[in-house]
Amino acid sequence: MPKLIKDSQIVEDNWLIIDADFEGDLPEQEVIVPLAYWTENRDALASRSNVGVWLDSHQEPSAIASDVKSLPVIAINFPKFADGRGYSYARLLRERFNYEGEIRAIGDVLQDQLFYMKRCGFNAFAVRADRDIEQALNGLSDFSNSYQAGCDNPIPQFRRR
Amino acid sequence: MYKYDDYDRNLVLERVKQFRGQTDRFFSGDLSEDEFLALRLQNGLYVQRLAPMLRVAIPYGMLSSVQLRTLADLSRTYDKGYVHFTTRQNVQFNWPQIKDVPDMLQALSDVEMHAIQTSGNCIRNTTTDQFAGVINDEVTDPRPYCEIIRQWSTFHPEFAYLPRKFKIAVNACPTEDRAAIKVHDIGLEIVQNEQGETGFRVFVGGGLGRTPLLGSAIREFLPEKDLLTYLEAIIRVYNQHGRRDNKYKARIKILVKALTPEVFAQKVEDEWQHIKDSPAQLTNEEIDRVKGFFDAPNYDTVESTTSFEEQVASNKAFANWVKRNTNEHKVAGYSIVTLTLKKTGIPPGDVSDDKLELIADLADQYSFGEVRIAHDQNIVLADVKQTDLFDVWKKAQAAGFATPNLNMLTDIICCPGGDFCALANAKSIPIAEQIQTRFDNLDYLYDLGEIELNISGCMNACGHHHIGNIGILGVDKKGEEFYQVSLGGCSGLDASIGKILGPSFAREQMADIVEKIINVYIENRTDEELFLDTYRRIGMTPFKERVYAKAH
Ligand code: HEM
Ligand code: SF4
Repeated sequence: MPKLIKDSQIVEDNWLIIDADFEGDLPEQEVIVPLAYWTENRDALASRSNVGVWLDSHQEPSAIASDVKSLPVIAINFPKFADGRGYSYARLLRERFNYEGEIRAIGDVLQDQLFYMKRCGFNAFAVRADRDIEQALNGLSDFSNSYQAGCDNPIPQFRRR
Repeated sequence: MYKYDDYDRNLVLERVKQFRGQTDRFFSGDLSEDEFLALRLQNGLYVQRLAPMLRVAIPYGMLSSVQLRTLADLSRTYDKGYVHFTTRQNVQFNWPQIKDVPDMLQALSDVEMHAIQTSGNCIRNTTTDQFAGVINDEVTDPRPYCEIIRQWSTFHPEFAYLPRKFKIAVNACPTEDRAAIKVHDIGLEIVQNEQGETGFRVFVGGGLGRTPLLGSAIREFLPEKDLLTYLEAIIRVYNQHGRRDNKYKARIKILVKALTPEVFAQKVEDEWQHIKDSPAQLTNEEIDRVKGFFDAPNYDTVESTTSFEEQVASNKAFANWVKRNTNEHKVAGYSIVTLTLKKTGIPPGDVSDDKLELIADLADQYSFGEVRIAHDQNIVLADVKQTDLFDVWKKAQAAGFATPNLNMLTDIICCPGGDFCALANAKSIPIAEQIQTRFDNLDYLYDLGEIELNISGCMNACGHHHIGNIGILGVDKKGEEFYQVSLGGCSGLDASIGKILGPSFAREQMADIVEKIINVYIENRTDEELFLDTYRRIGMTPFKERVYAKAH
């Protein structure tokens, strides 16, 4: 079973990510479906508690704003690690839409992004499969403090002096 | 000058440790070229034509003598004994080894320096007027606001992977703009409203490079406490909507232009409404705390002596230098001195290790141990007593820093070009030298008055050619180096982008071409008219006709 960093621990990952071009019936297990699939089958899926949604880097979180209360997982895809849109999306999900469930980074997710991702509200990281997840865990603690407000601490450093 | 507390120091040390780890992982094959590229760039490390290049941050251009001496040391130990000051008020090492960079960063951290975010697609060093805090007509000292922005933008988690690089500049002078704020991604002009409150006029979407554009004002008055939340709103809109499909269309200027400044402003306003009252709003205490670092030094009351006037009266060379290279200081008896780095034969911006130490000595002896780097690649001693000017001049002259050509035709801004830069289409340093050699008569230069001539080796415009009154751009024609000339650029309050004169020229023609352009100016100018005024009045045609006239 693949591994995941969740809440700073390495855990087994039970969730299956459904491809963007998936058609047909979903398996019964925990699944994370693409936005288009979610939008199309929203009513049918709403009865299941084990369905999450993933957003691609060009899909803004406002698209699922009215669903965030019920979604157990929202994943944000990083097609390339240098595509930074997902950082803003995660912040918006936490700070604007008050989403409290799991926000998971998927795609090109590497050690050196984890600290920033965590500060933007991600709490789960599907580190790229060819990388050592144990080592990647270190990326969460590259810095012990930060100047700006973030999802991990809404009080900026200048108010904490 | 800002001083690190434990907190700042700790962050920089953690960065050194992080980067050392990243470098190790790169050498062990754990990080690919591409992955390391993005990480090393956010640490100022390029790989260039001949060697790597390390760009070190000089926040808003301020350096202490201790820091200068460290730069000198590092250039001796890890480089070829010189450094290069850039148009972004930073400093570059041209010849370090990648494996040495973590040690260099470690040494820099000892003197409160670093290379954080000096390149890469993140918020870069915030720049400002090199005369900040000592010039008479500024609304208020812009440096505390630059420092506030520096802290906020350092390791900003949301904005480390923007579509493209991002530069912010601040100006506080209503009469002059030495920070070129209209050609920055965000330009902040410090203003006061009718109630006497301090705030910002916010320009956005300026920039040079492939598509040069001037920024548009999207807000006339932003209260100072809202600085960071408003910046956050702007950059969040950009991060989500800036183009990522095409590197050349990825800057915020393209987004602002595509949406129109009005629509862009509305998006920012909508975003800002959600965060403006969050704890990220600045407090008076914080603004005052940071201002405390920039309190005026202990100025002496300088007795007015006749000796300074006598020195000026009896020494024409000294008088020239005083006239050209010093500016009036807001404190009576003091002057602002600019050391020019534009001596013919030395690439603009380059300074050797022994000269760095000499400048450090001058700063210690005459200017409270501090210097500033100007965007036109000169060095400023901001607080020199008038009674010391003669000594400073003699020492600077002996070292070659007293060429009294500030803002003259030979005070050229020039990028490293084909001699160093992997992106160059043509060399730029030899062009600067050719023009400096041709125009070596100071009386003639003074007669011409202020003219800005800027040279870039390619359209990335690191040498600001678009905003030179005369701009020179290296272009490539079938593998050969040519140079295109533009006229009418200007970086000040009335900023404008230069227009192309016509077909490009071969390298050896450049001094001739500039001379022809200058001659048209001389023949057409009215009394007191500067080159730019004449150009704006008579337009391009007379210049074009002269330069491209068929030889008889
Ligand atoms: C030698 C290594 C350098 C490289 C590879 C480099 C690369 C670039 C690139 C690619 C751009 C265009 C960015 C864009 O339009 O999106 C640019 C712009 C610029 N660079 Fe450099 N540069 C170098 C050195 C310098 C130096 C030495 C200076 C200062 C003398 C400098 C100052 C600037 C400035 C002022 C701009 C224009 C900013 C703007 O477009 O608004 N760069 N550089
Ligand atoms: S303008 Fe071009 S040649 Fe000059 S430094 Fe910039 S990228 Fe290099």
